[in-house]
Amino acid sequence: MSTVDTLTAPGCPSGLEPALDAGVIDPAPFVRRLRDGTSQLELSIHGAKCGGCISKIEGGVARIPGVDSARLNLSTGKLSVLWRGRVRPRDITQKISDLGYRSAPFDPYTAARQTDEEGRFLLRCLAVAGFAMANIMLLSVAVWSGADGEMGPATRMMMHWISGMIAIPAAAFAGRPFFNSALSALRKGRANMDVPISLAVFLSLGVSVFETLNHGRDAYFDAAVMLLFFLLIGRFLDHRLRARAREAARGLLALQATTASRITTGGGLEAVSARDIAADDMILLSPGDRAPVNGVIEEGASDVDVSLVTGESAPVTMKTGDTLYAGVLNMSSRLIMRATARAEDSLLADLTRLIEAGEQGKSKYVRLADRAAALYVPVVHTLALATFLGWLFLGDAGLRVAIMNAVAVLIITCPCALGLAAPAVQVVATGRLFKSGVLVKSGDALERLAEADCFVFDKTGTLTLGRMSISNRDEISGDVLLQAASLARASRHPLARAVVAAAGAGKLADDVSDVPGFGVEGIIDGRKARFGRGDWAGASGASDNAASEAWFRLGEDPPVRFEFDDSIRSDAANVIDALKIRGADAEMLTGDRKAPAARVASLVGLQNWRAETTPADKIARLNELSAEGRKTVMVGDGLNDAPALAAAHASLSPGTAADASQAAADFVFQGDGLSAIVTAYDVAKQARRRVLENFAFAALYNACAIPLAVMGLVTPLIAALAMSGSSVIVTLNALRLRAGKPGT
Amino acid sequence: MTALLYLIPIALLMGGAGLAAFIWSVKSGQYDDMDGAAERILLEDDD
Repeated sequence: MSTVDTLTAPGCPSGLEPALDAGVIDPAPFVRRLRDGTSQLELSIHGAKCGGCISKIEGGVARIPGVDSARLNLSTGKLSVLWRGRVRPRDITQKISDLGYRSAPFDPYTAARQTDEEGRFLLRCLAVAGFAMANIMLLSVAVWSGADGEMGPATRMMMHWISGMIAIPAAAFAGRPFFNSALSALRKGRANMDVPISLAVFLSLGVSVFETLNHGRDAYFDAAVMLLFFLLIGRFLDHRLRARAREAARGLLALQATTASRITTGGGLEAVSARDIAADDMILLSPGDRAPVNGVIEEGASDVDVSLVTGESAPVTMKTGDTLYAGVLNMSSRLIMRATARAEDSLLADLTRLIEAGEQGKSKYVRLADRAAALYVPVVHTLALATFLGWLFLGDAGLRVAIMNAVAVLIITCPCALGLAAPAVQVVATGRLFKSGVLVKSGDALERLAEADCFVFDKTGTLTLGRMSISNRDEISGDVLLQAASLARASRHPLARAVVAAAGAGKLADDVSDVPGFGVEGIIDGRKARFGRGDWAGASGASDNAASEAWFRLGEDPPVRFEFDDSIRSDAANVIDALKIRGADAEMLTGDRKAPAARVASLVGLQNWRAETTPADKIARLNELSAEGRKTVMVGDGLNDAPALAAAHASLSPGTAADASQAAADFVFQGDGLSAIVTAYDVAKQARRRVLENFAFAALYNACAIPLAVMGLVTPLIAALAMSGSSVIVTLNALRLRAGKPGT
Repeated sequence: MTALLYLIPIALLMGGAGLAAFIWSVKSGQYDDMDGAAERILLEDDD
């Protein structure tokens, strides 16, 4: 059976994601007891991409004895496990880890609030409004087509009564999102977009009931419900965009918050959130884990990536007694550390504070639609009032006609087009970017990116690939490369990974062991082989540039030198040119040393760059630029870029970035190239143009329709046509974005 | 015109049934995982 291989090999069977290797934590503190005696555990799963992952994870977990059900939500990456009786929660995370995925428990208190109640509520309102609109429209069409006398007054009144009996309960149900929001705004003494909407719905229903009672000819039941239907579409689209972004951020935060595994007095492991770690706690750091707090190594030796703390790109070897700073990444083997400080006092906490400060600044951004609404609301209310007063006093038409015409103004100027203008465009733009591998985290991120005129890049992992590759490949024979790779497969050191990447898939040598700080050794064809540091592998002429070279020696053969460098992304220079053509500036801020920074800057064609910058320096530079009136875009991937990503006007990070950076960035792009940045910039600009076009159209439409309404020439038929017509045109204009040419 | 007396209630009942079915499907969480639903149809239920 062919499925056996894909089901037993760890990781996503589609090959999209490599298997993740992480320590297994005990999620026992995160289990929620439900009322009927069932226990529930919700885990955020990283690495699940396809249907094969669903069957592997659900099948694997459900086979644990005692587990009743396991359900993976592929959209949110959330696995929900239910059981009765005794199941060790640790077995579940162990199983998931064996299958090759990373998991982290969701906090049950935040998870309880996670079901998207608001989204479901909007969907129900939308369904009710749609049902009512369709049925009332059937009756209204009959009334309109019989208006020339074919339909008797008695039948017409019956039609109006039936319409009213559908419209009033439907509006009472489906209008709640608007009524509630309008009410809370009015209580605070402010007016928002929902105030004129609620007013238009109430007045048109009231006038229609009054007309029906008085055997009048015109009723606006259809208009009131149609108004709600179109506006709810816009509201629902907008909500879905935001909810998706929130889910993505929450999954990333779950992974961040609970990666610490504390060793209990009994010798077991338990998951704790970093802020619960006290001094003298023992913490296990598996390869791939970051130190959650400052501490001292008690046991083990390993290569550690300290780039977050010092900006140095080469890993450092640490052994028992060495000090680890919070945020350093353990790379090669397990370490046990003793915490010396609480999480609040550590470097990571400083970064988190900087990120939060940046996000607060961003929430001050006022979206285009809200800016338009601020202009719109007073104008419409003044016009309606003027119409009412004009008809009342400037003629002998009377109160009834004055009210009818004022309501017609409110209905015809209804912000349907305005309510749909921005969300429809943003949904189309987000969908188009998603297809080209860019995840958009919020609708207003597109607006902010479109305004940007200065791109600030990080170096390592952004302009460069952030991983080493062999630079003297021509000097190494194919056999030597394969032999070195058979050793290197046992190591997670970046230089070893580079050799494996160059050699491709293959087998492991015999008796391989990873010697942290030195290299890998093993037996090839009965002869001892070593791959690693020059002096250890037996090369006499080893240079001091240990970070970018490694030596391979088989038996007594002369040692072979491997040289490495961090290769620049192939399209980095093109992307920077493309941005300059579009009138945007580009510069580079890196935590690395001057020499490598200068090399990269000249290769990609950047004149402005700064090296050896701390996270705070990066934010300072962004503030400097925004003080000059520039709108900045930060592009970065490291944990040390996360505060700058949050502080910039808009931000992008590659899919290979640290979890915290992906959570802080507005856009996450996949793939080896940077061209997604240009695509996102182009689409954002086009989306902004479409939104503005839609606003212009709404203004033009109002300029034509308002005089008619003020004059009292609008009938319910004209109102219905105008309203649906403008909404359809706005939506079609948004869909044009999908057909747009991809950015160059 | 008397046909309206039973045609309109029938139309409303049919629309109402559709609405009830939709609200039920939202309530039972059928729109919570659109990506997963697309993939699940490809899975074999052989265990």
